[in-house]
Amino acid sequence: MLAEFGDDAKLLAGGQSLIPLMKLRFANPSHLIDLNFVAGTSYIREENGTLYFGALTRHAEIETSPAAAKIPIIRDCAAGIADVQVRNRGTIGGSLAEADPSGDWATVLMTLQTEVRCQNATQDRGLQLADFIKDAYTTALAHDEVVSEVVVKVPPKGSGGAYLAFKRSAPVYPTASAAVQLAMAGEVCRDAAIALGCVGLTAIKAKDAEAALRGQPVTKKTLAAAVEAARAAAEPQSDMRGSADYKRTLVGALVKRAIDVAVRRARGEQVEVSHIYA
Amino acid sequence: MPEIIDKVAIKLSVNGVSHSLTIEPRMLLVELIRETLDLTGTHVGCDTTYCGACTVLMNGAAVKSCTVFAVQADGAEVMTVEGLERDGQLHPIQKAFGDAYGLQCGYCTPGLMLSTAQLLAQNQRPSEKEMRKAIAGNTCRCTGYQNILKAIQLAAQNMKGA
Repeated sequence: MLAEFGDDAKLLAGGQSLIPLMKLRFANPSHLIDLNFVAGTSYIREENGTLYFGALTRHAEIETSPAAAKIPIIRDCAAGIADVQVRNRGTIGGSLAEADPSGDWATVLMTLQTEVRCQNATQDRGLQLADFIKDAYTTALAHDEVVSEVVVKVPPKGSGGAYLAFKRSAPVYPTASAAVQLAMAGEVCRDAAIALGCVGLTAIKAKDAEAALRGQPVTKKTLAAAVEAARAAAEPQSDMRGSADYKRTLVGALVKRAIDVAVRRARGEQVEVSHIYA
Repeated sequence: MPEIIDKVAIKLSVNGVSHSLTIEPRMLLVELIRETLDLTGTHVGCDTTYCGACTVLMNGAAVKSCTVFAVQADGAEVMTVEGLERDGQLHPIQKAFGDAYGLQCGYCTPGLMLSTAQLLAQNQRPSEKEMRKAIAGNTCRCTGYQNILKAIQLAAQNMKGA
């Protein structure tokens, strides 16, 4: 159908971003193709240490899934997106395909090994998430392609992660967010992935912050270096959610807290965190 | 301008009553509920997916009916505030919102009661944190908040064993 209707056709997944954009006339598609009635697009499967999410899997389904129980950072994200009503409708595939710079999934999945499966009428290809997201609201999807599946590698034993987002109230997009995924060997951080959300045109991988932790014990000093590097990596814009300076400070604080929770979770502690709002 | 395409035939159940309707594909679920079916208990607050005043249950899940196309409810079971009462008796959630003074002007109340309905269907003894999380998407909110939590708690107590 996408091939038939051309560039002006839009796919409708959960609709929790697209319908508001259409009301504002920011999106004005000539044809809207509703994916919600397509059977077999909503599932969560685990095989050989890999998780497969159907593109139309709702945030609420992910929130309560065994997969989320296993990878806490996924639960932090799924359980905190907007509010109950939006989580009941919104989908993981829709969120990634929308590529809103303030979306939650891209930031979180950037810290895991994530592949986005894209499909058109005849072919199927997989893209690493970092290659899939090109820019704000822009992905590598061709106009005749649809996201079919999101494939996530389960992190190795001894890993811990956390996602923290700060927002002014539940339904709004976060002001800033931070995702941290660490692989620990005792007190030493073997590997680190840190991504920042809402402080750039896409989720930002804070590579210098990761390097500050990699191969090091997590101490006050290495933590401070990682936070400083994360603050430097942020590219925030001043807007109604806060000034650029405020967001830079906020994202540093979120990274710091997320690292702390990630380390504790890697040790096997149960720590509950989610989006922070009044 | 996009061409206006033909109307679409849908079937859905609203508060247990089946309807076969022919509607414009651009119609929102809340418009169908209020304007076509004349069930005006569901309110439009912000019309931007924010306030939650338009919350209804769709197949048991709370949704903001201003952010669902009516054609997407084809085959669905929808419940609005009018569907809560049984045989002229108020539902325990409705009664609790009255008894605990969980409303003031009442504009947000139908949406809050349906968010409560989803919560209590899944969790009969919610903690305060769980209650707050369940109604976080209802930001149109009478009374200064505390009485709404009291109302949900009262409803949970009254529904036990129901």
